Order: sequence, then C-alpha cells, then structure tokens
Amino acid sequence: MEPLGLLIDFTACIGCGECAKECRKVNGLGGTPSETDLSANNYTVVLKHEKLNYRKLCMHCLDPTCASVCPVGAFTKTELGPVLYDQDKCMGCRYCMMACPFGVPRYQWDKPVPVIRKCIFCHHRLEQGGETACSWVCPMGATRMGERSHLLEIARARIERHPERYVSKIYGERDAGGTSVLMLSSVPFELLGFPGNLSQEPLPELTWQVLSKIPSIVLTGGVLLGGLSWIINRRIQIESGELGDDEMGGEKKKGAGDE
Amino acid sequence: MTKWAVKRKRGPAMNNASGRIALGRPQVWGPPTAVVLLFGLYLTFRRFYFGLGNVTALTDYQPWGLWVGFDVLCGVALAAGGFVLTGIVHLLNFERYKSVVRPTVLTAFLGYILVSVGLLYDLGKPWNIWHPLIMWNPRSVMFEVAWCVMLYSTVLAFEFSPIVLEKFGMDRALRLVRAFTLPLVIAGILLSTLHQSSLGTVFLIVPNKLHPLWYTNLLPLHFFLSAVSVGFAMVILESFVSSKLFNRSLETHIVADLGQFMVVALMLVLIVRLQDLAHKVTWAQVFDGSIESWFFLAEMSCFSLPLVLIFLFRNRMKKMILVSAAALTMLAVVLNRLNVSIVGMARSGGFSYFPAWEEVSISLFLVLMGFAVFLAATRYLPIFPPEQGRKGH
Repeated sequence: MEPLGLLIDFTACIGCGECAKECRKVNGLGGTPSETDLSANNYTVVLKHEKLNYRKLCMHCLDPTCASVCPVGAFTKTELGPVLYDQDKCMGCRYCMMACPFGVPRYQWDKPVPVIRKCIFCHHRLEQGGETACSWVCPMGATRMGERSHLLEIARARIERHPERYVSKIYGERDAGGTSVLMLSSVPFELLGFPGNLSQEPLPELTWQVLSKIPSIVLTGGVLLGGLSWIINRRIQIESGELGDDEMGGEKKKGAGDE
Repeated sequence: MTKWAVKRKRGPAMNNASGRIALGRPQVWGPPTAVVLLFGLYLTFRRFYFGLGNVTALTDYQPWGLWVGFDVLCGVALAAGGFVLTGIVHLLNFERYKSVVRPTVLTAFLGYILVSVGLLYDLGKPWNIWHPLIMWNPRSVMFEVAWCVMLYSTVLAFEFSPIVLEKFGMDRALRLVRAFTLPLVIAGILLSTLHQSSLGTVFLIVPNKLHPLWYTNLLPLHFFLSAVSVGFAMVILESFVSSKLFNRSLETHIVADLGQFMVVALMLVLIVRLQDLAHKVTWAQVFDGSIESWFFLAEMSCFSLPLVLIFLFRNRMKKMILVSAAALTMLAVVLNRLNVSIVGMARSGGFSYFPAWEEVSISLFLVLMGFAVFLAATRYLPIFPPEQGRKGH
C-alpha cells in the first residue's frame, strides 16, 4: 500500500471542532478539551486566526526528528505513514520534545509515571482498514485522508485553480524533509505559528554528519594518543639510560663492545 | 560550595585526637549537612511521588531546564579535569603534576556519579535508564552520549580503584590495575572527547530554536575545547581549595603551569568561537540589549578575562589572580552550558520557563552531597600524597 497522508485545507474548515472531539473519543483521551494548544490530553486542536480556522497536530515527518534523536528508539516511522511511540521503551529524557521542529510532543508533567503524548494517526484504526477519526468525522472534507502522493496532486490543483484563495505553499511538502500531513492555508503559515524557515532537508542529517565520523575519530585518536605516548616513553627511557644497548639499536656501541 | 567548605573547616573537626594523620580535617557531618539532607529528601519525595511538574517549572515548550543545563551539562564539563590531567600525567609524562591526579580523579568520578544521580531526577522514568544498553538507536546523539558516559564512568572507577586497593593493601589487584593504566587513560581521553563534544552535538538538531548567538555547526568543537579549558580550571581550583581545607601548602609553580595550559585552551575556545560568530552575527545583534545579548556578553567576558589576568608569568604566580582566573573560566563554562540549554532556547519556548526554587534546591543538595562524599573520601582514603617534612599516613 502507498504511504498515507492527511490533507488539511484550512480554507474549508468551519471550526466546528468535531475532529478534536472525535479524536479525544476514539483515543480515549482524558482531561479537559483544549482550546489553545496541543496538550497531553489533546492530540489535535482547532484554532482561529481572524476568520481562518486551522488545526494543529503531529505532522508525521517522512524522516522524523523525534525518531532520530530518541536514545532508545521509542519512535518509529511506519511504512504506512504514522509515527508511533512506544511508552515501554521511553525513559523520559524529553529530547524528542526539544528536537521536534514543529513543537508537537507533549508530556505528562503531573504524573509520577509520565509518557509522551502526540497524535498517532489513528494507526489502530488504519490497521483494521479504517481511517483517521478526524478525517472520517469532518463534515466539510477539510481534513481528508489518502495516499500522500495523491493528496499532493489535489493540493497543487487547488492552489492552481484558486490562487486567490491560497498562499502558494503546501505546508509539509518539503518542510523538514517532508511530512505525511499536508496543509493548505489562505494566510502565511508563520502567522499561524507554524515554523516558516525550516530546512528542506530532514533535520536528522545535522547530527548524523557528526555522529558518522565517530568511528574514524576513535581509530585516528587512539593511534595518535597511543603513538604519542609510545614516542615520549621511549625518549624518556633513552634519556634516563634505562635501555640496554641492544634496544638502543646503536650498531656502533655494540661494535665497540665486541672489540 | 567552596564557601560552605571553608566555613565548615572552622568546625570542631580541627582537633585531631587520633593524631594519625597530620592534615587539617574539615568535619563532614554536622547540623547544616543534616538540614540540607532532610530538605533534599523531602523534595526528592515530592519529585518522585507527584511527578516532575510538582517540583519543576518545566513546560511543554521548554522541556529541559536546570537539571539538564546545570546537573548534566555543567556536571560533565566540570568533571573534565579527569581526562585532561590523566592525559597530561600518564600520556605526556608530565610527572610533576602527579600529586594532583588523585584528587582530580576523585572529583571527576564523583562528578559523573552526580551527573547520573541528577539524571535520575530529571528522567521521567528513571528506572528505564539502562534501556540504551539493549535498545539501540545509533542515529541518536543521546544514545552515543549514554554509552560514552557509562563507559567513561567505568574507566573512572578503574582509575580510582588503586586508591581503594592501596588502602586495603590488595597488592596483586593493584599491580593488575596499574598494568592497564595507559590503555585506561587513552580510553578515558577518547570517550571524554566523544561525549564532551557530543553534548554540543545534541543541540545541532535545533537550528530553528536555539538563538543564533549560540547555534553553530561548530557546537561540538566548542563544547570540547571549553571542557578542556575548564578541566584545567577545576584542577587549579581544587588544588587551592584542598590547600585551604587541609592546611597544605599550595604547590604554586605546578598550579601556575596548569594556568599556562588553561590560557592556551582558552585562546583556542575564543578563536574558534569568535571566528565562527564573525561569519553570521552582526555587532548590532550582539549589543541589541536583549536578554540573550546580555547573557552572551557575560559569557564572553568570563571566557576572555582569565586570559588578561594570567597571560603573564608573574601574574600566574600570584595565588589570588590565578584562582580568580580559574573561577572565571568555571563561571564562563557554566554560563555557556546554561545559555545553550536554557537562555538560548527561551525565546523559541515563549520564555515559559524559569527555574523553580525546588529545582535549584535539589541541584544544590546534590552538589553539597557530592562535596560531603569528597570530604569523607579524603578522610578515609589516601587521596593526598604525604607532604614532605611531615609524617605521612
């Protein structure tokens, strides 16, 4: 099966909040519904910028930063698209929260046994052949699930057909190396709080450039340090006259001894 | 902690009834320690019973605070004296610094233990701290740091072991460990190089969040070089504090020479840093009066001032000037680590975090406990070589 994605067209959103409600229901999220931002109990939230309604949720990056930084590999990008989190592996270092370019992962600060919370792309529903709760419930089709490549085509066509309605950008097409969630808006995305200056390359490259050099640093460094100490020790031994004539390698001295 | 230690010295501990050891003996346990201990235990209970939110001001927008910035980042950096000094003594064979190796290794060892304990407070699920052993993710800097810190703590334990083995007269084991001194020292330097720099690499992943005054591709190099400089600073400070605490004479020429190493390391720090900044930051940004610019200027002043203070030999030989230079270097590195992990991240996190008093108290509690253990170790173990002209232990 082709990798899936979500296309969220902010211009079609009427702000009814059904997606957030359904999300809380199918994922069994407790706590109170949020009206301001994502939280440990709100995988998604519907917000308003002037007349535009828009959503926030995990972008499900194609090469997820969270998956690359996690020291125990608690995050995995599935072939189908969802970025999943394994709370049994997690040790709670919160590097994923630091590193996520979209600022998505949330923490259970009030729990003695806390876990990371974020949208899981309703992967349990996908596995049963279903679709994400938010797209399924959306009365306007503003959030729509499908194959990512197909959704990109739709998005491009919409921008082409209605250049007056959209800013000329499909958010998530290439941002941070591309994401499974794609967004269309009539207002520049930076104004809605989405980071606008993200690299087109996946962020994990930034640390991998350094990490990949470690084996050669260890080998070169080891030889350098070992060699340095070898040379210094030999010089000290020679200077203090600890070495026998043989070890000095001096032919002359040896010859002199024979005479 | 220095102040505390010096104050404690005036306690009743100076009467040395046993007369076994001729050093001044600061008392470790007393009412102040007990108060700190009880308070620390109270906050520890709150931390683990109610969760991180109960004792920290951390938010979803700034999930790393004082415990990462100070306990872990500063802890690791300030313990750099261990690999720096063992390298100089055992690898480059500068024998004359040998007298400060043991206290330095002890400090480094305690430093790493403190880092690990600090991490237990900060991790949401500390009982999973061993997971990187079997759950691998080689793409993660944090995974690499975890392994390096584990391995280096083991190396430090071995480097520290002769002190214990000597105390209990276990000669065969002692000979065995001593035979591996050089490989251990080399492993220690390599592991330290890796994780000291990797703590900088950790922040390479946040190009859009970390303020441009600190974000650079050279973060790993800068973290490494500044760790080396503060390594020397710590050995100098420690020699000074020990001399005060135990009424030992300060070996001025030895400490002054370490100051020279420190000057070179600081010059490297500044050259790498300024050269890099010159490419991407304007003067206007440096002096724009923002909170970041103030912290940046403070940090850079602390990195530069020691150079001015002790560049000349005659100044290095003056105890107070040398110690001030070392203290400024320490402050510079502490500021740098806090700037990278907290101040530089604050704007992108909406300035949502300011350390809670509970966080500060627990950090302080850990430092004081570390200091108490250091004093206890100096009491029961042969940390300092016997001074000439005095009966040794």
